[in-house]
Amino acid sequence: MPRHFHEELDQVKEKLLKQGSLVETMVERAVASLVDRDSRLAEEVIASDQKVDTLDIEIDEDCLRLLALQQPAAKDLRFITTAMKITTDLERMADQAVNICQRAIDLNEEPQLKPYIDIPIMSQLAQKMLRDSLDAFVRRDAELARQVIPADNKVDALKNQVFRELLTFMMEDPRTIPRAIRLILVSRHLERIADHATNIAEMVVFLVEGKDIRHAPYDKETGRPPGPSNGR
Amino acid sequence: MADGIIVKQLNAWFGSLHVLRGIDLTIAPEAVTAIIGPSGCGKSTFIRCLNRMHEVVLGARAQGQILLNGEDLYGPGVDPVQVRRRIGMVFQKPNPFPTMSVFDNVAAGLRLDGVRNFALLDEAVERALHQAALWDEVRDQLDKSGASLSGGQQQRLCIARALAVRPEVLLMDEPCSALDPIATAEIEELMVELKKDLTIVIVTHNMQQAARVSETTGFFLLGELVECDKTSRIFTNPHDRRTEDYITGRFG
Repeated sequence: MPRHFHEELDQVKEKLLKQGSLVETMVERAVASLVDRDSRLAEEVIASDQKVDTLDIEIDEDCLRLLALQQPAAKDLRFITTAMKITTDLERMADQAVNICQRAIDLNEEPQLKPYIDIPIMSQLAQKMLRDSLDAFVRRDAELARQVIPADNKVDALKNQVFRELLTFMMEDPRTIPRAIRLILVSRHLERIADHATNIAEMVVFLVEGKDIRHAPYDKETGRPPGPSNGR
Repeated sequence: MADGIIVKQLNAWFGSLHVLRGIDLTIAPEAVTAIIGPSGCGKSTFIRCLNRMHEVVLGARAQGQILLNGEDLYGPGVDPVQVRRRIGMVFQKPNPFPTMSVFDNVAAGLRLDGVRNFALLDEAVERALHQAALWDEVRDQLDKSGASLSGGQQQRLCIARALAVRPEVLLMDEPCSALDPIATAEIEELMVELKKDLTIVIVTHNMQQAARVSETTGFFLLGELVECDKTSRIFTNPHDRRTEDYITGRFG
């Protein structure tokens, strides 16, 4: 029997997806404001953060109210608790996108230090991780969610590569230091965005399977616990 | 269009026992107001005052104002029987008239009012059974005994019976206490529909039910109205410590 309550759950899901879509756009445009040296675009992205914050508050309020008034159980309960966590991760991702914009505005004041190669790649990877974790959430697809987790390693590896490369610039010429440091920070913001996407993916696994895979050691290739597979 | 009820300084006694003390409460129209509280707090007495059933008990007495659309139901010259036509009631144990058919049960109130025209009765019964979400289940069995239905169906039959006379207000005194969870859920979903056209007051000892179905919740304790507020507020951040203790189960 469809219940009024389940319609309200759908509304929370819609708000989360709307928030996710806003964040995806913010990340894409934040890196574009750096690569295209467009500080006006950066300012626009910073201004749009407020919408994500508002949704964060709304979603938390909706979830609290649903918990208090409807005594949800099983999947409905897991949905509400994961929704509250996912909105937090999305809000933090938006803040990181804002941070990228602030770095971009500063970097755009000076000549470009070097062609941006790795940072756009990191951005593409992080955006795909976010898209996939949100798709997994909508389709309740734990397999897709698990695939997001190993992708985090590639982003981490690129962050280290950016660091090493910019280190050589700084050691050769101290005048590059301000720009180099800002670029290192951008790579760090992107790495954090990828981490938050991983959190969302872990939440999706919990929602679908009821299994909490956070903080547990897992095989970074497969996204599953290490050891011999049990014939699945 | 349903009207709300304004209760002003309602006091009630059983003999010398003062069971309701100075109740002030506004019941919003086209919404569900839930009345909760521990056993003996006066919640059933309260709603039985709303439709002037309290005074039917020997030695029972009520005093105060109960305004329905501005008219005081306890005013001089007000006919209590007419009050109960505008304010219907459903009770804890489903009580269809055992010797009557489904049709006759629903038509009972109208026939008491003197309605004889079969077409009118037919239309009113069908409408009421639709409103009570029972029509599909009984449409081919209208002449079967009311008592032959399941518990949940019997309760919906009683709701249809109450709705047939087109009341403005529906009082429900623990309507789901005798029902299983699925029948309870059906009644609760029904309330979501009914409140679009009716004012509903439900007394329940099941706090979670009050949380699920109502817009406003009033908490009674020892004959007093301790707190009355939006249900979302009562269950997330009540003002009064006593309300919080009751909601969280810190006292019975």
